[in-house]
Amino acid sequence: MKPVFLASALLATVLTGAAIAQSGAPIKLANVAELSGGGATVGTNWKNGIDLAIEEINSKGGVLGRKLEVTHADSQSNPGVARAQVQKALDAEPYVLLGPGYSGSVKVTAPLAAEAGIAQIMGGEAAELTTTGNKFLFRTSFGQQSSMPKVAKYINDELKAKSVAIVWVNNDFGKGGRDSISKEFAKYNIKVAADLSTEAGQADFAADVSKIKAAAPDAVFVYVNEEESARILKELKRQGITVPLVGETTLVGQKVVELAGDAANGARGHVGLTTDAPVELIKAFRDKFVKKYNYVPDHNGLKGWLAIYMIKATTEKMGKVDSKGFADALHGFTITAAKEPGILMDATFDANGDIDRQGFLVEIVEGKQVVKQVLPKLGN
Amino acid sequence: MTAAKTLKIGFGIVVIAALIIVPMNFNRYGLFILSQWAVMTIAAMGLNLTLGYAGQVSLAQGAFVGIGAYTAAIMTSSGLPLIGALGVAIVLCFAIGWILGYPALRVQHHYLAFVTLAFSTLAFLVFRNEDWLTKGIYGISNIPRPEIFGYPTRRPLPFYYVCLGSLGIVSLAVWWLIRSPWGRAFIALRENPVRALSLGIDTRRYTLMAFAIGSALGGVAGTLYAPLTQYVDPVPFHLSLSLDLLMMVIVGGSGFFFGPFLGAMIAVLLPEWLRFTQGYYLMLYAIAVILLLIYSPTGILGILDRYISERRTKAASALRAVAKAKLETAP
Amino acid sequence: MSNLLDLLIAGLATGAIYAIVAVGFTLLWQTSQTINFAQGEFVMLPAFLMLAVMHAGAPFWLAILIGIALSLLLLGLGFKMLLVDPMLRHGVLPLAIATMALAIGIKEAAKQFWSAEASPFPSIIPGGDVTIFGRVVALQSIGVLVLAILAVLGLTTLLNRTSIGHQMQAAAQNPTVARIIGVPVERMILLTFLINAFLVALASLLITPIYLAKFSNGEVLGQAAFIAAIVGGFNQVRGAIAGGLLIGVVDNLSAAYVSTQYRAAVPLVLLIAIILFRPQGMLGRPEERTV
Repeated sequence: MKPVFLASALLATVLTGAAIAQSGAPIKLANVAELSGGGATVGTNWKNGIDLAIEEINSKGGVLGRKLEVTHADSQSNPGVARAQVQKALDAEPYVLLGPGYSGSVKVTAPLAAEAGIAQIMGGEAAELTTTGNKFLFRTSFGQQSSMPKVAKYINDELKAKSVAIVWVNNDFGKGGRDSISKEFAKYNIKVAADLSTEAGQADFAADVSKIKAAAPDAVFVYVNEEESARILKELKRQGITVPLVGETTLVGQKVVELAGDAANGARGHVGLTTDAPVELIKAFRDKFVKKYNYVPDHNGLKGWLAIYMIKATTEKMGKVDSKGFADALHGFTITAAKEPGILMDATFDANGDIDRQGFLVEIVEGKQVVKQVLPKLGN
Repeated sequence: MTAAKTLKIGFGIVVIAALIIVPMNFNRYGLFILSQWAVMTIAAMGLNLTLGYAGQVSLAQGAFVGIGAYTAAIMTSSGLPLIGALGVAIVLCFAIGWILGYPALRVQHHYLAFVTLAFSTLAFLVFRNEDWLTKGIYGISNIPRPEIFGYPTRRPLPFYYVCLGSLGIVSLAVWWLIRSPWGRAFIALRENPVRALSLGIDTRRYTLMAFAIGSALGGVAGTLYAPLTQYVDPVPFHLSLSLDLLMMVIVGGSGFFFGPFLGAMIAVLLPEWLRFTQGYYLMLYAIAVILLLIYSPTGILGILDRYISERRTKAASALRAVAKAKLETAP
Repeated sequence: MSNLLDLLIAGLATGAIYAIVAVGFTLLWQTSQTINFAQGEFVMLPAFLMLAVMHAGAPFWLAILIGIALSLLLLGLGFKMLLVDPMLRHGVLPLAIATMALAIGIKEAAKQFWSAEASPFPSIIPGGDVTIFGRVVALQSIGVLVLAILAVLGLTTLLNRTSIGHQMQAAAQNPTVARIIGVPVERMILLTFLINAFLVALASLLITPIYLAKFSNGEVLGQAAFIAAIVGGFNQVRGAIAGGLLIGVVDNLSAAYVSTQYRAAVPLVLLIAIILFRPQGMLGRPEERTV
C-alpha cells in the first residue's frame, strides 16, 4: 500500500511540477476548521483571515506566478469529524494543510499529515503540540509554553504579587493556559489563592467573583474568551475588586473594551498577536478585514492571514512549489516584514515549528490599549 | 411468499457483499466515514432496543458511547487488549443502565428520559473534570488499534473490517434477542403495558433489561469509537450525541430492525454529501430531516411499511372486487 | 453572609429568565404535547430579528415591536402550522426529533446569515449599578427580575382570572370535554403557541444585552429551561416558575460553595433527587398521561 502511495505522490509531484512550467495551475491548499459547533467563532475568524490573504495575494499575481486556491471543510469542533475531513483533504494531496484551531483536533490530525509528508499550519496553542517531534506541524501564534512565562514574570517582577487568583475557561485553550501559568507561579513561589474554572458562554460571574473576593489575592489572572472577559470585568468592578487584573490577548483586546466599557480600565496583559498592536502593518490588516467582513477580527483572524503569508514567503524562498520540501524550508526560517509585509512582524520558526516574534505588555487606560513594554524576540 | 423471502435474502447477501467488496478501493476518508457509520449503527441499535422495542426514551446513549470509549482508551493505552476493554465496557454500561433505570422506572414511564438527560450531562462533567482518570479536556491521544488474531488493523481498511465485523456480530445478537421470548416481551410492553402486566410479564424488569442491554450496546460502539479516531476527549460525548442517536433511530424507523442502519446512514453520510454547499450543509441537513419526518413520522422504514401495507390492501381489495364480480355475474 | 445576598440576587435574575422560557415550554406541553427542543434557539432568534430590523434603519423601539411581531408569526403561528400540526397526531417523539433538527437549522441560519461573532445588543434597562442596603447591584439584574415577574404575573392572571384563560386550561386538561362544552380548542392551542412566542421574544430582549447576540446562545438556555420545567413539574405554570428560579439560585450557590467545575451538576443531582422522592415535580400534580 505504502510504496504505491509514495509512488503516486511522487508521480503527482512530477506531474504538477510539469504543470507549473506550462500553465501555472493554481496551488491547492486545504483548510479544516471549526466552522460550526463550540469553536465556530474561532474557525470562522481563521477562515476569513485565510480568504482575505488569498484574495490579496491573487490580486497581486499569486505566488511564483500561480494563484492560490483553498477548500474549506467544517470539523464541527469535533475531533472525530476533524480527522475525517483532514483525511479527505489529504487524499486530495494539497500543497499545505491549514488548521484546525482546537488543540484536540490538531492532536488527532497531526499524525495523518505527518504520515502524508504534508506540512500543517495550525491555530492550536496548547504547549504539548510541538513537543512530540512532529516535523510537519507549525504554529501561527505563541504556544502557551512561551507566552505564560512572560506573564508570570511580569506578575512577579512588576506587580510583586505573592498570591494570585486564576480564572480560566474550561476548554482546551483555558485549561492549557491555566496549567502553564500554574507551573510558572510555582517557580516564583507565588501562591494560587483561588483556582476558578468557568464555562464557555457563562453569563453570570457573581459566584466566581465573590470567591475571588473571599480569597483576597494580590492579583487576578483572567484567561477566558473575549465575551466572558467583558462580563467578568464588569462583575469584578461591581464587587469592588481593585487588585491588578492580568491576562492575555483575550483580556485586553479592543472587543473587550467595547463590551466592558469602563470596567476594562486597568486590565493589563501580554499580547502576542493582536489587531490592536501598535504596528502600522497590523492596523492596515485590520482595516482591510473590517472593510471586507464588517467586524473586527480576533487573533484567530490574524492567525489565518499569517498562515497564508507563511506559505507565500516559504514558497518564494524555495523558488518552487514543493510540498515535500516545504516543512524543511520553513524550519529555522526568519520571515521579515521588510521583505514580506504580509507577515506583519518579523517571525522566526524553530525546528519544532514554534514561532518566535515580538510581544507586548499592554494596559487599558481610559478605554485605549497602551503599550507599557515591548518584549523582544527571544533569539535575536 | 417464499419468493419474497428468497428475494429478501438475496438482497441481504448483495448488500453485505457490497459492504465488504466495494470499500476495498475507497480512500482513507471514505473508509473512515463508513467505519463511523458502522459504529454509530451499533449505538443506534442499542437505543432502538430501548426505544423501538421497549418504548422507553433514553437521552444518555451518547454518554454510554463515551463510557465505552474512555474504557477502551484508558485500558488499551496501558497495554491491555481491546477485547478486555470491550468486556469491561459492556458490564459497566449494563450495570450503570440498571442502576439508572431502576429508580426511574419505579415511578413513571417517561421519567427515564429525564433521569438519562441528567446523567448524560453529569457523565460529560466527569469526563472533563476527572483529570486523573480521563486526562480531562486534553483527552487521550495515540490510542492503539487492536490486533485481531495476530493481524494488525492499524491501516484504515482492516480497521473498517473490524467495525463491519462487529456490526455483523451485534446485528445477529440483536436479531436473536428480539426473536427470543425476551424480545417478544419487550414488544408486548411497548404495544400495551397494561395488558403485558396482566399477562404476568414483570414489566419493570423487562423494561429495565431492554434499557440496560441497549446501554451496553452503546458501550460496545464506544470501544470501537476510541481506536477509530485514536483520540478521545469529552466534547463528542456531550448531550448532542445522545440527541443525534435518538434522531437516527426515529429517522430510520423506530422499532424496525433495519431502522438504525438507515438512520445512521442519514446522520453520518447525508451531511457529507451535502458538504458541497459549504456553509449551508448543516442547514440543509436539518431541513431534510424535518421534511422527512413531516412526510413520514415513522421514519424511512415507515414509508416502506406503509407502501407494503397499502399494496396488500390494494391487492386484497382487487381480489375482493374480482370475487364480487364473479358472484354478481354468477346467475 | 453579605456574599450570599449578591449571589441570591444574581441567581434570581438568571433564574427569572429560565422561568420565562420554562413557562413557555410547559404551556406547549400542556396544550399540545409538544416537547420543543428548539426552545433555546427560539430565545436566541428574536434578538437577531430585532438587530436585522435596526440594521435596516429602524429605531430600537420599532425594532422591538417588529421583532415581537415576527416572533409571533414565525415562532408561534409558523411553528404550529408548519411543524406541529402535521406531526402531532403521530405522537410525541417524531415531533420532538423534528424540533431538534429545527434547533440545528435555526442555529446554522443565524450563523450563516448573520455572523459567527457575538454582536452587542442594546438594553431596554439602563446600565449601571445601584446601591441597596449597602450592596452594589446591577440595575440590569433588578430590571430583568422585575420584568420577568410582571410577565409571569400577567400570564397567571390571564390563565386564572379571565374566561380565555379558563378556556385554555380546559383545552389543556381535557380537550374532548372542552370541545363538548363549546371551547374553541384549536384556537386555544394556537393562543398558547402565540404566548410562547411572545415569552421567548421577551426573554430574548432581556438576556441578549448580557449574553450578546450569538448563534449559540440557545444551547445553554434551552437545556436550563428544560431542566427547570422538569424540576417544577412539567405540567404546571407555577412549577416552571419555581423551577426556573430555583435552578438559577442553585447554580450560583453551588458555584460559590460546592465547585465551579461541577456547578452544572448540582441542579441535575437535584433533578434526580426530585424524581426519586417527588416524581410529580415540586409543584406538579401526578399525571395520568404517559409519553
